[in-house]
Order: sequence, then C-alpha cells, then structure tokens
Amino acid sequence: MSASASSSPQAAPGAGAPLLEVRGVAKRFGAREVLKSISLDIAAGEFLTLLGESGSGKTTLLRLIAGFEQPTAGEIRMGGERLDTLPPYKRRVNTVFQHYALFPHLNVRDNVAYGLRVKGTPKNEIGGRVDEALRMVKMSEYADARPSRLSGGQQQRVALARALVNRPQLLLLDEPLSALDANLRKEMQSELKALQREVGITFLFVTHDQEEAMALSDRIALLRDGTLEQVASPREIYACPATAYTARFIGQTSLLRGEVRGGVATCGALRWPISGSDGAALFSLRPEAISLAADGAAPPDAVHFRGVIRQQIYGGSSELLEVDCGNNQILRVRIPAYRPLSGEHEFVFTAADAIRVRE
Amino acid sequence: MYSRVYKAIVSAPPLLWVGVFLLLPYALMFAHSFWTVRDGMLVHQWNLRNYQTLLLNPVYTGVLFRTMRIAASVTLLSLLLGYPLAYYLSFHAGPRKELLYQLVIVPLWVSYLVRGYAWKTILGSTGVLNGFLQYLHITHEPVGYLLYSPFSVVLMLTHIYTPFVFLPIYAALEHIPRPLVEASQDLGAKPRSTFFRIILPLSMPGLLAGATFAFVLSLGDFLAPLLVGGPSGTMIANIVQSLFGAAYDWPLGASISVCILIITVSLLFLTERLEKRWSFE
Repeated sequence: MSASASSSPQAAPGAGAPLLEVRGVAKRFGAREVLKSISLDIAAGEFLTLLGESGSGKTTLLRLIAGFEQPTAGEIRMGGERLDTLPPYKRRVNTVFQHYALFPHLNVRDNVAYGLRVKGTPKNEIGGRVDEALRMVKMSEYADARPSRLSGGQQQRVALARALVNRPQLLLLDEPLSALDANLRKEMQSELKALQREVGITFLFVTHDQEEAMALSDRIALLRDGTLEQVASPREIYACPATAYTARFIGQTSLLRGEVRGGVATCGALRWPISGSDGAALFSLRPEAISLAADGAAPPDAVHFRGVIRQQIYGGSSELLEVDCGNNQILRVRIPAYRPLSGEHEFVFTAADAIRVRE
Repeated sequence: MYSRVYKAIVSAPPLLWVGVFLLLPYALMFAHSFWTVRDGMLVHQWNLRNYQTLLLNPVYTGVLFRTMRIAASVTLLSLLLGYPLAYYLSFHAGPRKELLYQLVIVPLWVSYLVRGYAWKTILGSTGVLNGFLQYLHITHEPVGYLLYSPFSVVLMLTHIYTPFVFLPIYAALEHIPRPLVEASQDLGAKPRSTFFRIILPLSMPGLLAGATFAFVLSLGDFLAPLLVGGPSGTMIANIVQSLFGAAYDWPLGASISVCILIITVSLLFLTERLEKRWSFE
C-alpha cells in the first residue's frame, strides 16, 4: 500500500446524479475572499458534514445554499436545476439555525406549522403533519408552550421539527448542537443520526467539532481558509489524511519530516521501506499505530525504534506517551493502560501506517 | 442592608419632589374642579356643576371631540410616515443608515415655535405654497383652508411628532433578531408574509409606544392650534388656557383638565396592557 493517501474526494457515493452540485462557488465580502472556488457534490440521502475552524467559510457555504447570500462566482444546482438564482423562499431547502431562531410570538405548534401555512397547505393537512413532526422530536406535550419557556435542547427539537415538517429535499444544520452542554450534545447527536435515517432526508451539517463530524457523517468535507482540504468518509479521512492539516485537525498525530530516496523513507532515526517518488516527504503517524515492542510478535513489515519516555499521560483505558527518539524528534504513542514507565524502550509500528501527506 | 435612617434620607428628596410638584398640584386641580366661581371670586363650595357644564355645553364637547379627532389623525398619519421610514432604515438603508437616522432626529433640535412659524409662512394665503400653486396655475386665488383650520393643525403636529413615533418603532425593529427574518424566508414565506407574520407583530410594542406618544402629546397640545389653528382649529388645551387666563374660571378649567387626565391615564393603562400582551421575552 502506498503511504501517500489518494482518494477521489469530489465523487459522492451511490449511483445516479447528485442531489446538490456546488460548482466553482466563490464568495467575497469586500476585500475578504471567504470561499475560493468550492466544488462539491452531495448525494441524496447522504449525511455530509462541513467541518472547519471558525472563519474557514463553512457557514458562508451553508448560507449560499440556503439563499441568504449570493455567490460571487460559480453556481449551485439542486436536482439538476439552478438553485443560486432563486430567492430563499423558493428553495426546497430548510435550515436549522445555530440559535434556533424560533418565533417568540408563536407557540410551539404555530412555529412548526409556519412553513406549511405560508405555503398555503390545506388546513386539514397541517394539523396532522405538525403533530407527526412534534411526535418525531418528542415534543408533543409542549405544543402550546411559548419558545421562551423551553430549554435549549427543547428549542433545538422544535427547530428541527419546524424544518422537517416541510419535507425539504435538503436540510441544512448550522452548528445546531454548539449551544448545548456536553451531555445533551451527545444525546442529541445520536437522536439526530437516528432521525436522519428515519426521514431519509439529505443532511448538510456544519460544525467545528471534529468528534461530532466523525460520529454523525457519511462523509466529511474539511474546509480550510475557504478551500476544501479533503472530502472523504470519516474512516478514510482519519486513516488516510491527504494533508498535514487534515491529519492534525482530525484526531491526534505526529508529523514526521524527512525524505524518500531509493525506496527508503528516512525521518531522523526512523527508516522504513516505501514505494513512491523520491524527495522531501512528510508523514503522519497516529499515536495508536505505535506500540511497545515487548507486546507480542511484530508483523513482517514492522519498523522498530528505541526512544526515551519524556511524558506519560494516564487516561483511564489508555495512556499517551511522548517518546523522544533522538535529535528532539518527539513521537506520540497511545498504548492500552499499562503501568508507570520511564527510561528507554523499544517501540514498533507498521510501515503502512505512516501516511505520506502533503504540506 | 441599609439602615432605616439611611433609606429615609435617600428617598426623601424624590418623594418630596413628587409630593410638592406632582401630587399637590393634582390634588389642587381635583379640588378646584368641584368648586365654583361667583362674582369673579373663587368659592370653596363642593358641587358638580362644572362637570354638568362640560358634558351638556356643546361648545366644550365639540372641542373635546375635535381634539380627539385631531389627535387620532396625527397618530395615524405619523404612524403611516414613521413606520415605513423606520422599516426602511432598519432593514434596507445599508451604510446610509447612520446619516438618515441623524436626519430624522435633527428636527427635534429645532424649536417648536420656529417650526410653527415656518408652517405659517408656508401655508398662509400669501405663503409659499399658495404662491407656488398660483404660479403653476393650479389655483387662481389663495386657498384659504390651508392655514387656520384643523388641517393645518394636523399637518404641523404630524410634522412635530413623527420623529417621536419613528424612534420607538425603529428601536423595536432593530431589536428583532435577523435570523428570525431569515428563518421565515427559509420556511417559504414571501417578503409580504414575513412582514405581516413576523416583523409587524414583533415591532408591535414599539408601534404602540409611538402611537401613545403621538396621541397623548397631540391631545394636550395648545401651541399648534394657537399658531396655525384659527377658530376652527381650536383644541381643548386652548379652552383650558383661556379659562385659567382671560375667563378666570379655574374650576371649569380644572374639570376639563381632569377629563383630559382621565382620558390620558386610561389610554396609558390600555397600551401598557397591550404592550405586555405583545412582548415575548
């Protein structure tokens, strides 16, 4: 297996035309270029997460799809039709806003019914659909309450019901869980995932939390300074990060700087066989890919090295070691909970686990 | 915890102020409204004759109704001017917002009297407007009813109180979280729908406050009718003024004041109830 990660990031999984096509979309606010030529496909029924730091442009991309902003260049299509030329109220897209944006003067039932009412849905149909949506998010008993009487989590559920009741083709979620406390967030994550499977609506989810992205998504699109860094499934993006930024942003890693010459990679004291072009190289090595050499039989392509333990951080089920393998080259190693360690030890990893990444 | 003495000392000045300058005058006014005047002398004799006169004399009821009609017209007109202005500034003015806001506020710094005389110059029979109309051959002689009529009073009061209506409405509109407007559009509401279902209900407290300002201030106004009202534009406050002044009938004047006070207080009570009903925090 090649150490340099390769994937076809733009292709959505599944057959048929994608539901949403983003083609060369750029957005600038004055002199600030927030998005630089983004191209991305989203398949029907997919749970895709836009992941990125604040200021990476993820919310702007969402707002372009919802119609609250106009792209400076490029186009957005949904089901083959131009979407970016339509006003927001004509798009079959609904949004769950970061701070819920529930209408304070309407009770829960009227909030959920709002979309159906303004679109002139027959009255006898509205009641049933609203009740069903409220049941789906377990908020039936609060139908007559005003939003200000609800907790953050409850408001979140109402916001979800208000969007889902319209049966949009695409649901946009703008950091919907960021305002909730940690426990509630975990709970809502699993409910959200179950809900998406149940209704089968395509979800485009924005978050800055990589764990949340990993837990929920079919695919993750990692944004950095207005460009797509990598688009892949959570497993793929973790196992084969394309760039040093991706490797560092998603999970923990040690970056090894070195070179490849004649089928051998050299990074400081570490050497291992590799196929790939010669030249300077950067490798990402996950902490859990490295283990103590004493821990049983090593596979044939194992790479052994010796290092001095500088730091040991106990984490219950596992421990994180910071290992100095000479010339101040520090590697992070995660091993199952063991015992207090010190001094020099022999470590081992598999050559295939050192992923060659771009800068 | 503060000591009793400290609390008493601190709260004495404002209580004294309220007592001397508010409660005492009101008490005197109430008392006067039940007294009477005989041979140009105030007689402290309790009776209801002032209220009888007030209710049965068509002059007083006529002026009172006219005053309420003028105040209602001013309220309606300044809402029709102030609301769209505030809406435009809050939602669509973009970078010009600050400048436009200042332009709306500037007239508040100009003296009431100056503005009154300005209207006189504009509306008078030899005024700017009549001159212009004749110059354009739209009219051939000065239009008399432009000045010294209920019309000119409504015009001047609308001009003066529109900023007072604008301000609370503008504040209420600025207070509406913009994601609510986006959420409405997102759910499929056209701009009209968004306005009537979201923006208007949420700005209702500001609208009510503005309307109350315009109505209450117009109701008690006596300078506008004095300057541009003429006999047909006389308002209730002018009657009160003349009863306290030239006519020297303080008891009748006081009873009219009590009437205005009752109208004003019940209106304030009503709008406060309404504002509570329309506030959602």
